[in-house]
Amino acid sequence: MDPVTQVEGGAYPFGMKNVDTDIIIPAHFLKTVSRDGLGRGAFEALRKDPANVFDDPQYKGSPIIIAGDNFGCGSSREHAAWALLDMGVKAVIAPSFSDIFAGNAFKNGILTVVLPQDQVDRLMEVARTDPITIDLESQIVTSPFQDRFSFEIDPFRKFCLLQGLDEVGLTLTRKDAITGYEQRLAQEKPWLARGTGLAA
Amino acid sequence: MSAKHRTLYDKIWDAHVVEQRDDGTCLIFIDRHLVHEVTSPQAFEALRLSGRKVRRPELTLAVPDHNLPTTARVDADGNRIPIADQESAAQLAALEANAPAFGVRYFGATAKEQGIVHVVGPEQGFSLPGTTIVCGDSHTACHGGLGAWAFGIGTSEVEHVLATQTLLLRKSRTMEIRVEGELGPGITSKDLILHIIGVIGTAGGTGHVIEYRGKVFEDMSIESRLTVCNMSIEGGARGGMIAPDETTFAYLKGRNFAPKGEEWDKAVAYWKTLHSDEGAVFDKSVVIDATEVEPTVTWGTSPEDVVPIGGVVPDPLSFADPSKQKAARASLDYMGLEPGQRMDEIEVQNIFIGSCTNSRIEDLRAAAEVLRGRHIHPNIKWGIVVPGSGLVKIQAEAEGLDKVFIDAGLEWREPGCSACLGMNPDKVPMGERSASTSNRNFVGRQGPGARTHLVSPSMAAAAAVAGRLADVRELSKQPA
Repeated sequence: MDPVTQVEGGAYPFGMKNVDTDIIIPAHFLKTVSRDGLGRGAFEALRKDPANVFDDPQYKGSPIIIAGDNFGCGSSREHAAWALLDMGVKAVIAPSFSDIFAGNAFKNGILTVVLPQDQVDRLMEVARTDPITIDLESQIVTSPFQDRFSFEIDPFRKFCLLQGLDEVGLTLTRKDAITGYEQRLAQEKPWLARGTGLAA
Repeated sequence: MSAKHRTLYDKIWDAHVVEQRDDGTCLIFIDRHLVHEVTSPQAFEALRLSGRKVRRPELTLAVPDHNLPTTARVDADGNRIPIADQESAAQLAALEANAPAFGVRYFGATAKEQGIVHVVGPEQGFSLPGTTIVCGDSHTACHGGLGAWAFGIGTSEVEHVLATQTLLLRKSRTMEIRVEGELGPGITSKDLILHIIGVIGTAGGTGHVIEYRGKVFEDMSIESRLTVCNMSIEGGARGGMIAPDETTFAYLKGRNFAPKGEEWDKAVAYWKTLHSDEGAVFDKSVVIDATEVEPTVTWGTSPEDVVPIGGVVPDPLSFADPSKQKAARASLDYMGLEPGQRMDEIEVQNIFIGSCTNSRIEDLRAAAEVLRGRHIHPNIKWGIVVPGSGLVKIQAEAEGLDKVFIDAGLEWREPGCSACLGMNPDKVPMGERSASTSNRNFVGRQGPGARTHLVSPSMAAAAAVAGRLADVRELSKQPA
């Protein structure tokens, strides 16, 4: 994964609340065995409205989406994160995110920035005319005006994003700890260790 | 270690910590992993590209369900009928190839054990109390009905579990949903969970793991408990669980992958310790009065948009929050409904009985009980009953339930996710309405422009007979 330090550029002033993953990428686009090309299906239903923000030439290609509460609720499909990536989105700013979506976004190097509603409202305004900068190192969102909004991020996630770390590779360095756990488990709860091997 | 008085979730968490990092994140061991065709191909591909293996193949079980058509899978000569949709066929072929290549147990499209992952796991005794269970599907919360901590994961996490049998997690907060009193006659676990989501909202459980507590749940069958926990994610919680008890042990005993002999006794002794201690503190607590729960239906495009069947479509202005008003107006527009319209006058054209929420034998029995000796209303253009697994299908046919459905005018299908989500041939046509036993009424969920009303199996059957949303309790008073 490429390291993420800063996301800078235009933002879609989307603002919608409770955006579920069926809205981000409808199920009929999930029939793929690859991660690429899902941008064409992103926000399909909303894009039937000619006045939609995603096809507005002013915003098209922006790396940031500004949304309402509970962004990414619903299904666990990582295709939602892949679809956003494929349309060039590298960060979403919202007052809250669903847990599963936030995890999927992180694993694909997409920043999920949580800010209070009034600051999100302010950035919606900014986005209509100007770019926004998200700096991960300092955990601050800025605009060309006086806006400086700091945000929280899990330190481990921040570390991984800044370093561009592969989480699987990182965990595999803890192989001995996992083996130790498995040995204890096989002693204490042998039925668990057998799994599908238990069938007659 | 957590506090002295621990919740059920604390106990399961503590038992699965491989190691804790300095920042509080923990490497958590995953006991059981279910895999289906839609969210796994990219994970297996990533393993292949990095030359990694599946660490513990026997702890993963693979079964196709999401986009497998529910029409006949073999012809009269016993030959496989190919899947018409090329992309679906490719996803299925990928799972069929990946499972043996990585040494994972696989129940194929024509196996009698095939079914929806969340029906298969419990039914096979693969899902067990006190375990961590994951799957690339948000309805994994379902398995919490057996007293497991089960939650949905994304494809990168599927890859992580396959390669390491662990996940890096931060502990969730705990939320108690305590239901007091008893459910009225004819009120089901589906009505209860829809009611609960209406109370807490779709983000009410975000960041939390729910424990459902109270006599109502103790009195419930495992099938009903699975239905409740299944929809935890619709309340925003990644997991939801009910403490295991004698009902749980009786359900699991003798199942295919369940412990046997001496190990069974050892397992049960451990499972009996899995309950929240007296004095355990939850971060959030919600109390629900069971006697207030009516047969519940949805009117909008979010699972929190619920109303009793005797109620009316709400006025968007009745919501205090302006953004909720806006969302309600958009929902009513999509659903083609007017404020004040009576719910039991809304005509439906499609009936779907199935999904990981409501496709177990008890669900089919409940629907069949309403439909026995009756026929579907002329309003109904399409109605299907989709058993949750091949084993459920065999059981239902042994009880003659298939005949009840077919005689009533419904179609009896092969197991799969079917019309719960618009990614296989089972879809609700544009602009038409369905009474559906599934879990999501999102815009376009059952097909582009489809209008979904979530209901229980007996309420879906009542809607089939009445040709509109209907109170099953009224119907039961009339002779068939």
